[in-house]
Amino acid sequence: MDINTKKLKKNAFRVTKQRGYTASRVRIPGGHLKAELLPQLQEIAETYGNGTLHITSRQGFEIPGIPYEKMQEVNEKLQPIIEATDINQPERDKGYSASGTRNITACVGARVCPYGCYDTTAFAQKIEKEIFPHDLHFKVALTGCPNDCAKVRMHDFGIMGMTEPQLDPSRCVDCGACVKYCRTKSVDALKTVNNKPVRDTEKCIGCGECVINCPTRAWTRSKEKYYRLVLMGRTGKRNPRLAEDFIKWVDEKSIIQIIKNTYPFVTEYIAKDAPGGKEHIGYIIDRTGFEEYKKWALKDVELSPKAEVNQRLYWKGPKYHTYG
Amino acid sequence: MGYTLSKEQFETLVNRLSEQYQVFAPVKFVGGNTFTDVDVIRYDQVKNPEEIVLDQKSDYSFKEVLLPLSETLFYYTEEQTKEADIPRGEAVVFLRSCEMHAVKVLDDIYLNNKFEDYYYKRLRDKIKFIVIACPESFDSCFCVDMGTNKPEGQDMIIEQQGDQFLVVNENPQWEAYFEGYAKVDQAPSYAKENKVKVHIPENLNPNIAKSSIWEEYDTRCIACGRCNFVCPTCTCFTMQDILYSDNGKAGERRRVQASCMVDGFTDVAGGGSYRKKFGERMRFKMMHKVYDFRKRFGYNMCVGCGRCDDVCPEYISFSANINKLEEGMKEVGEEHA
Repeated sequence: MDINTKKLKKNAFRVTKQRGYTASRVRIPGGHLKAELLPQLQEIAETYGNGTLHITSRQGFEIPGIPYEKMQEVNEKLQPIIEATDINQPERDKGYSASGTRNITACVGARVCPYGCYDTTAFAQKIEKEIFPHDLHFKVALTGCPNDCAKVRMHDFGIMGMTEPQLDPSRCVDCGACVKYCRTKSVDALKTVNNKPVRDTEKCIGCGECVINCPTRAWTRSKEKYYRLVLMGRTGKRNPRLAEDFIKWVDEKSIIQIIKNTYPFVTEYIAKDAPGGKEHIGYIIDRTGFEEYKKWALKDVELSPKAEVNQRLYWKGPKYHTYG
Repeated sequence: MGYTLSKEQFETLVNRLSEQYQVFAPVKFVGGNTFTDVDVIRYDQVKNPEEIVLDQKSDYSFKEVLLPLSETLFYYTEEQTKEADIPRGEAVVFLRSCEMHAVKVLDDIYLNNKFEDYYYKRLRDKIKFIVIACPESFDSCFCVDMGTNKPEGQDMIIEQQGDQFLVVNENPQWEAYFEGYAKVDQAPSYAKENKVKVHIPENLNPNIAKSSIWEEYDTRCIACGRCNFVCPTCTCFTMQDILYSDNGKAGERRRVQASCMVDGFTDVAGGGSYRKKFGERMRFKMMHKVYDFRKRFGYNMCVGCGRCDDVCPEYISFSANINKLEEGMKEVGEEHA
């Protein structure tokens, strides 16, 4: 058997434990798909695989037990799924053209969840269109609100929804719900002054608890959608760590630009001996220093005056091995 | 006897009314509701006739036009007070039949309840009512059983009929608006049936407080007060005296709407408070809406608009609660203990 494992990995297949058999990895940007695609996945799993599907930790599907020689047939069967999920693809019927930049994950967001501050799936799909396919190892995750159910702080780029609460004092009756829920469920950023709530804008994390709990529509959501962009969280062997805050109240366009700006940065600074040409971005930034990364990241980014940029980032986490 | 108006003629009518009145109507506030990208329909002054939402029930009632959520009554300095200016001038408000009946409730509470409320009266004296006819009931309405499905006391009724409007004018001063329009012999529609039916037992009395029907609400209800704030007949308010922070010697007195479901409503001097269980608050509200008010004024306070059902984040239905009263009375009996 003669298989080019480098090519198959790039094609979103995997070398598995079982000699002679691979697994196909199906990306679902934003983790939301039309239910009509499931029978097609079932067909591939039952025809070419071992009849099972794994729901991956990145919200894709992995179809194990596929003989290597069936990869092209599987790619052809994947074509309608690739089209339905609107994945960029240079050549039809050839499956996925890269696997380095991982599936973009998202919590269910404002399509379903009352806390969601934006349509996480739609934003994930938008980012997918901008950055895929690419061989570099990028992990992007989106979550609808600061509850961070999507655990975006364990990704290279974590995007958290925010809303900027708007108060119409003429509709406030001082029922106290916003102050109470901000205190008990969020960060205690509200206090009552002269029978109306006053928001500590530095403390406020834009979670929307005040809006959700206001019974009179005195608090409403901002028309603009805002985000907190957190950087370079990771799991893994050397130094797992949570992402740190980069920009609070940042807009969608700037986030996309920052992620795209990171590709040339990585190309420039990635370790020449990185195994498989794959290195977590955070380790690269550990070497170059955050200042250097920031220069690249913010190139041509026009932040709104509301955006609060953290000029210095310090990450923590256990250090089992220091690079270099 | 009414008139048939085209859409353009209806808009002209609203524009002509706007020259003389401030026109208030249900308006869609895009993204203005609790959850992301969900609209809210509530009252606002209409700048353009097209803004008026005619095909949906407003989430918040017309009440805010007569009873602002927060209204400054007067300003004070060391020696003097100054009455706050009236918040608006002559007004026209678009509302529905059930809400037209709610106007009577508000009037009885604020004008016919031993003395007249000055601040209510000055707004009430400057208002005219246009009923938006309801040919069909909305899902949560129970106006038929509450007897509020036929409007009474309005100045005009309008009914959208496809591209046209049937307009029945009941205000002689407005006849001039209709010169040259074709008269039709047609009465406006009203909802004759609701999906939701309610039955208030004839033997309902305060014994119901001992019933177990309220217990479920101790844990289901979160005491947010939305049901009160959207209700066209809830009239309770509380007072706020505030001092401006700059020098502390001038300030204002406001009255704001209050909710019998929200903590603090029953606070009294000395630190007491009552009806601590949310089920007790539900019972108090229920009895006011379908019993106590009737004892005093001869008809039920609740007008069956169903807004409390629509807004409740915990899916508590007031109409479903009404329909538990009969079982509750069987449980406790009519005789006073």
